Amino acid sequence: MANKDITFSVAKGTIHALVGENGAGKSTLMKILYGVQRADEGTIAIDGVVKTFKSPSDAIAAGVGMVFQHFMLADNLTVLENVVLGAEKRHGIGDGARERIRAISTEYGLGIDPDELVADLGVGARQRVEILKVLYRGAQVLILDEPTAVLVPQEVDELFDNLKALTREGLTILFISHKLDEVLSVADDITVIRRGTTVATVDPATVNSRQLAELMVGSELPTPQTEESTVTDRAVLAVEHLVLSARTGTRRVLDDLSFTIHAGEVLGIAGVEGNGQAELVEVIMGMREPSAGKVFLQGTDISDWDVREIREAQVGYIPEDRHRHGLLLEAPLWENRILGHQTQRPNVKGPLIDAAGAKTDTTRIVEDYDVRTPSIFVTAGSLSGGNQQKLIIGREMAHDPKVLVASHPTRGVDVGAQASIWSHLKRARREGLAVLLISADLEELIGLSDTIRVILRGRLSDPFDPDTVTAEQLGAAMTGAGAGAAGAVGTAGTAGDAAPDPEATR
Amino acid sequence: MKLDARRIGLSLLAPVLALVVAFVITSLILLLAGDPVAEVWSTLLREPRPRTVVNILNGAVVYYLSAIAVAIGFRMNLFNIGVEGQYRIAAFCAAVVAAQGYLPGFLNILLGLATAMVAGGLWAGIAGYLKVKRGVSEVISTIMLNAIATSLVAWLLTKARDTSAGSGSNVTNTKAIPQSSQLDGFALVPGASNKVYTLLVLAVLVGVLYWFVLGKTRFGFDLRAAGQSETAAVASGVKVPRMVLTTMILSGAVAGLVGMPLLFGQDHNYGTTFQPGLGFAGIGIALLGRNNPIGIGIGALLWSYLDQQSNSLQITAGVAPELVFIIQGVIVLAVVIAYELVRRLSVRLEQSKVARELASPSAPTPEGATA
Repeated sequence: MANKDITFSVAKGTIHALVGENGAGKSTLMKILYGVQRADEGTIAIDGVVKTFKSPSDAIAAGVGMVFQHFMLADNLTVLENVVLGAEKRHGIGDGARERIRAISTEYGLGIDPDELVADLGVGARQRVEILKVLYRGAQVLILDEPTAVLVPQEVDELFDNLKALTREGLTILFISHKLDEVLSVADDITVIRRGTTVATVDPATVNSRQLAELMVGSELPTPQTEESTVTDRAVLAVEHLVLSARTGTRRVLDDLSFTIHAGEVLGIAGVEGNGQAELVEVIMGMREPSAGKVFLQGTDISDWDVREIREAQVGYIPEDRHRHGLLLEAPLWENRILGHQTQRPNVKGPLIDAAGAKTDTTRIVEDYDVRTPSIFVTAGSLSGGNQQKLIIGREMAHDPKVLVASHPTRGVDVGAQASIWSHLKRARREGLAVLLISADLEELIGLSDTIRVILRGRLSDPFDPDTVTAEQLGAAMTGAGAGAAGAVGTAGTAGDAAPDPEATR
Repeated sequence: MKLDARRIGLSLLAPVLALVVAFVITSLILLLAGDPVAEVWSTLLREPRPRTVVNILNGAVVYYLSAIAVAIGFRMNLFNIGVEGQYRIAAFCAAVVAAQGYLPGFLNILLGLATAMVAGGLWAGIAGYLKVKRGVSEVISTIMLNAIATSLVAWLLTKARDTSAGSGSNVTNTKAIPQSSQLDGFALVPGASNKVYTLLVLAVLVGVLYWFVLGKTRFGFDLRAAGQSETAAVASGVKVPRMVLTTMILSGAVAGLVGMPLLFGQDHNYGTTFQPGLGFAGIGIALLGRNNPIGIGIGALLWSYLDQQSNSLQITAGVAPELVFIIQGVIVLAVVIAYELVRRLSVRLEQSKVARELASPSAPTPEGATA
């Protein structure tokens, strides 16, 4: 049972936040609210009228709209085309629709031009298009699933201004998030869900984020705090003048990147998604060949090694998208234990799979990393995101990595799992692991990294010191704001002295 | 183990469901056509004579090889529709080479089998190469290659036909393989005058190898991983393009063996009367058997059973034996739908099971999990 006894009510014209661990049942609840799944018991009432949603179209008809975490927009279509897709009957597909979009955009201050190509829009604007899509369909209640996960701090502020404008017009917003500080700053009421049931509805004025988090997990929790430096002078991973050209055209996706990570060091890379982080990881892991430049592992040039050679050389990999790159969702846990280490013990003996060895070690990982599962024979897809991630981390750590390439290691993971992942990373760092940490969670970066660098349009900024840098300074460097003259992007936000004033960039 | 019992139940549910649906739909068609429903089923379902049993086994042997060839592709998410063309090319090449009698008796058979595997593998390899290098869908290229194979073999047959009866004769087959390389078969069924193909052994061997290589080896793991999620396979170090090519060649090599029981155990040459359609049947059987070596065996037997039992339909029920094609077609359609339904059901069941076991604090601590 993913949900039992969920009870809460949202007042008209307010922002109501829903917080809870992953696996607490938020997604199931949302699916029920949006008609994707049906509740076994209980009712949903809108304006006091009980509704049954058999499908999302019923929900839309009742004025409930959903903005998904992952945008569902076609890049090669315009805003107008994206918005009318599937709602052609409302205002047609021509000028009527265009007028309506303009009107909505003006009314709620969304700043969207219907004729712009979605491919040309930034992340924040795309999200506003998603919101507009929902409003266009006549939604009175908006459900937003982790809307800030993909945004930089400045964009988050803009989004919150938009949301407040929406509630002023009488719309109701249900807001789902992991980021408790944001929830506290924007919500009028907060409902906490734990293990599938509502534990409390609180007033944001009376709680702080720590208390809220403790309500969510039901226990005390740690923060991502770097302990004393464990950085050694032994270079483990070195990248020199790395260049990667786009598959089509001459644009440089990675533009002359150089850095060195030493044993016991965590290098954090901040950046808005799509600025070259994914490509950097792909090049280091051997999935793409660099156009120029070299990658060294403990002094050995690994630039033209393939993925398997690199993995065998003890480079651990926590992929950004665990469903696409980290797991076989339809395979049992113990087979997923083998994935990525198909040539290493205890998974294989010579050319044969050592099922017994893999199963034993999976059991160990499940225990050591607190992967919550009824057995190692269930499919990976049936676990919650946090437990999937713990399995991946346990798997990568099982092969004594020298380098760990960790992309968004705690994305979509509940607070409890997050704390345990952080502590595993810290322990590995103490033991001399070199970590390349790519994350959109600035708090995580600041808390875990020994050095932080910002990636923008394929270029790396100068290092920031995590002890002194603020989220706003990083945010400014991530958007290129405060860089002054165009073209000086690569040196945006030099640590300390040249850090731009975040207020000035608004 | 409880979970496994349920899993087996679920995986049996789909084919049983499909058979029931096929039974119902076929009955409806018969009713609509005004044909005698009861007679048709009693003919199809009556106990086969010993002679027919042998024929069923022999038919199943070739179907089994064909379905395994298709299943190898399926496991890697490749749809090899080209088994049809691959086995024709392969059987032709093997017939020509084996007829020369380069090697004595048994070794000559091995040479014939090897030739067939190489020919089938190369022919399928064309589709694999096109997919890897040019991004051509293997579905399109293998269909095209089927047409080419048929014509190519027909043309080659005019060059390589048996001319021992004089150049003016109208013989349309290759020279017969030497007597010492012809296989008599096993007298497995008491009371039957005919014999089961000796190369039944080959089918069993291929089935065991298929199970072993895919399920137990590193290579098999890589292949299945690439089939389940190409992106995850790439990230785990599988070279997917190479895997596509290898799988295609392997599938073609096994497809090459499809005609071998016929060549060595029955026809002894390749000619215009060589049995067609085996490759397409293999697709349906692989689907029905769910790529499982035992499931495919059952599917092959069922297919062959329907084939053989339909022979007397015309006499006993006055219905054309082609009715069986309808039944087979409906089974394949129903099976595809039923599998998808059952798959969704089992995913949902498992998710709710995991959620339930983790939610209830009183749940017994299962192996490997800390509460």
